[in-house]
Order: sequence, then structure tokens, then C-alpha cells
Amino acid sequence: MGLAFFVRESLRSIQRNAIPSFAAMASVLVTLLVLGVFIPVVQATTGAANEVRSKVMLDVYMKTDARPADDERVRALLGRTDHVRKVEFVSKQQAYEHERKRNPEAYALLGSNPLPDTFRVTPDRPENIGRIRNALSPDTPSGGRTVVDPAIDEVKNRKDETDKILSATRVVKVMTGVLAALLILASVLLVSNTIRLSLFARRREVEVMKLVGATDWFIRWPFVLEGVFLGALGGVLAVLLLAVGKIALLDPLERDFALLSAPQTVSFAVLGLVLMLAAIGVAAAGSGLSLRRFLRV
Amino acid sequence: MATVEADPRVLAAARSSAPAVVEFRGVSKRYGTDVGLFDATFTVGRGEFVFLVGATGSGKSTLMRLLLKELEPTAGAIRVAGRDLSELTRRRVPYYRRNIGMVFQDFKLLPNRTVYDNVAYALQVTGHSRREIREKVPDVLRLTGLSLKLHHYPDQLSGGEQQRVSVARAFVNHPPLLLADEPTGNLDPETSIGIMQLLYRINRTGSTVIVATHDSAMVDRMRRRVIELHTGRIVRDEATGLYAPQTTAEFRALLED
Repeated sequence: MGLAFFVRESLRSIQRNAIPSFAAMASVLVTLLVLGVFIPVVQATTGAANEVRSKVMLDVYMKTDARPADDERVRALLGRTDHVRKVEFVSKQQAYEHERKRNPEAYALLGSNPLPDTFRVTPDRPENIGRIRNALSPDTPSGGRTVVDPAIDEVKNRKDETDKILSATRVVKVMTGVLAALLILASVLLVSNTIRLSLFARRREVEVMKLVGATDWFIRWPFVLEGVFLGALGGVLAVLLLAVGKIALLDPLERDFALLSAPQTVSFAVLGLVLMLAAIGVAAAGSGLSLRRFLRV
Repeated sequence: MATVEADPRVLAAARSSAPAVVEFRGVSKRYGTDVGLFDATFTVGRGEFVFLVGATGSGKSTLMRLLLKELEPTAGAIRVAGRDLSELTRRRVPYYRRNIGMVFQDFKLLPNRTVYDNVAYALQVTGHSRREIREKVPDVLRLTGLSLKLHHYPDQLSGGEQQRVSVARAFVNHPPLLLADEPTGNLDPETSIGIMQLLYRINRTGSTVIVATHDSAMVDRMRRRVIELHTGRIVRDEATGLYAPQTTAEFRALLED
């Protein structure tokens, strides 16, 4: 009979405190909606950024008049350089074929091959790309860059783009984190406030319970359950709304845009489970806060 | 202060050899510098009916709250049924309180529950089964004369009836000790007699009853043991006492003649 009694008591209390209960529930709902949207978004952007990072390469362009002997010398030089994992040689002929396929008219007009021989250098780790570049093309005191071999024309990387993507992801992550933290805080406080009101409304009952010898936990359980009910209700509604959103908006788009169906995002079932646990955790924290402060048993 | 020059007359009259239900030995309670109770020593035997009298602030409520272990004494030892209360851990306090029925001046009923539910509540929160509740509640309501008011809410009852519900709730567990703090304080004399009779009937079933009261007429009529407190001290303990010390009562009787 214990559990039935607790459940009845907490539902009774929610009914009586309908408006604050609704506010707490809505706050949990909004928090979870934000979390539910942003967890996959952050995951997808992080995935995208990592993909870009893994594709980080350095292009070493030879001078257009470089001879095969120069190519061999530079290849050996690259082999001796630290942090180099892979060197791929693209001859001016291969480059020409490749580019002509992409843009036949332009190259037909051009007539001759303006492209240089190129080494594509993959670093052992993305962040070491700057070191390799500095080794091959050190800074000069006047501010520009020189090259270590006269046959090298220029050393270029795509680091700038990578940096942009990475910093954008970081901004998204930090903002989401802050937003989520604030919302969680608000939810905890709202749940805590609801429980506090409920405690206040039922202080007579608590007094009588203490009087007739109810144990501390017997007195606490209905309030804990009340909070958990509110959290769980908010959680269920949030998961339902997210499911509706996913089915109505995301799934049709996914067929057209491959980017949306990034394989790195969690499955919906796992996400729903995580959100439900978060909701109950937030609610339990909220009621615990009030019970510790206001229920002297 | 000037009125109580008389020595405390501690009468250990005709007390049975039964073990003491309540035993206070040199118990003091200070609130900061204020004295709530000072060096109180007395015992209450099983099945006794004791009136606790004294002006407001004389320490009656302090004594009651010490017995409930709502307060801790600053000095001395309290034993209830032979058990030292200071050895009772916080976790055990609720179980200890199940052995004490408590009745208050303001009834402390739950306004949104019926008479039946108010009494059943005391059993529910102490983990009794539904069957026990169905058996015990009607019994105690019959004893208190509330059989016809089962489904009334407290605000549909008179003060006396509400206090009966409160007594029923205190007694539904058949506790060996029943404490009543000003049980008739809010009631008219006629109703008070009914409540007092009820407490007396409970006492006759074997429960020890301690009643703190201002109701001099009642104390004088019942002629039970009286412990008088004044500014935290026990100034009188008589086996069949009056509300006021004998001398003043005689004086009053003279005046009334």
C-alpha cells in the first residue's frame, strides 16, 4: 500500500498546485527541447569539422620549369621532414587531366598547361601542419616567406578554412552549453519552487505526519515523487514533440540533403532515453533542493 | 513569583509498584538564558491520570515537547517506559512517537479529509495495512462517539466533535501514553466535560494520560493527580489535587459561600 499512497498523495498535490506545477513542467519541457535539438546539431557539426580536419593537407607547388631531377630532390627533402605521414606526387600532366575534366572549355581555350608539379603532403596529425609548413617555407625577417629549395614555388595549406569551421563549431558548442546550463538551472529552480509551494501548502499534513510518527522518508517520498512526475511529464512531452518534429521536418529533408543525415548523430531512441533521464535528474535535484532547505524532519 | 512561597509538596501517595511510564530526573531546559524547565523530578506510573497545571510560560509545553523528543533537555535524564530518551537516535524518534498519542488545543486536523480519513491517516503514515485500518478506525470512532459523522469534513463539525476526532486519531494505535496539551482550551465547559470524560475512559483502558490544562473547574471536579509548574519549577505534586493549592481553594470556597 505504500507506493499507492505516495503516488496518490503526490498527484493530489500536483492537482492542487496546478499552475506552478505547469510552469515547472513547461520549463523542463523547453530545456529538453533545446537539448534534444542541439545535441544532434553539435554532434553533426563536430563530425563535419573532424572530417575537414582529417582532410588537412599541404600543397607544395613546384616552379613550372622544374625538371624531374628537382622533383626527386624535393621528394627526398619531404621524406626527411618531421611530421610528414604521406607524400603524394601529382605531375603537371595529371593535374591538367584532372582540371580539364572539371572545366573542359576553359582548358581548351588555354591550349598549354599552366599547372605546376605538386606534392600533396599529409601531416601525421592535423595540428602539425604549421610545423611542416615552417620547415619547408620559413618566415623571413621582412615578413614574407621564403622556401628551402629553389625549385619550390610556394607552400600552401587549407588551414585557414579549417580554422574557420573549427571556431564556428566551438562557438556553437559553447553557446549551446551555456544555454543548456541556464535552462537546466531555471528548471531546477522552478521545480524546487513548486515543491516548496507544495511543502508550504501541506505543512499541516507534514506536522501531523511527524506527530503520529511517520518516518522522515515516508514524509519526503510524496514530494520527491511529485517532482519526478513533473520532470517525467515534461520529458515525455519533449520527446514526443521532438519525434513529431523529426518525422514531419527532418526525415523528408534528409532524403534530399545528405548533410542532415550525418552518421555521427545518436539514434533517436538513445537521445530520448538520455533526455528522459536528464528530465528526471533535473526534477529530482529540484525537489531535493527544497526538501533539504524547507523540510525539517 | 511572590505567590509561590510554599515549598513544593511532593506527594508520593499511594503510587502502585508498577514501573514508571514517565520518569524525569533533574531535568532542565534552557532557551538561551530563559529557563523553560528547571530541575524537574517526578515519575508517572502506568495507568495514571495526571493534570499538569500552571500559568502560560510555566513550562507545561516545554515538558510535553521534551516527552515527544521535539526538544533535548539541557540537563537531567528523561526515561519513558524505562528507556532513556537521550539514547534514542534521530532515526528511531518516529517509531518512539508511535507509542505516544498527542492531542492539541487547535485539534490539528487535516481540513481536506473526512473524519474517517483523518483518523485513518495516522495509521496510513505509520505503515498499517488496509485491513488493520478498516478494523481499527470504526472501533475508535465508536469509542469517541463519532460513528455518525464518518464522512463529515472537519469544518462541518463543532469544536467538541473536532476535538473528539483528534482524540480518536491520538488513540487509534492504543498508545500506552497519551499527552493532551490544553485539550479543552477552545471549548465551552459543557463540551469540555465530554472531552475529559473521553480522556478518562481512555485512561481506564490502561493508557497513561497526561493533560496540561488551565481548566480549573475540570481539575477540581476530577480530583486526580496534579503537578503544578511555576516559571519552570515543579511547585506542587498532589495525588488528588485541586487546580489551585488547597489554601486558595478554601479561600475561594469561603467567598462563594
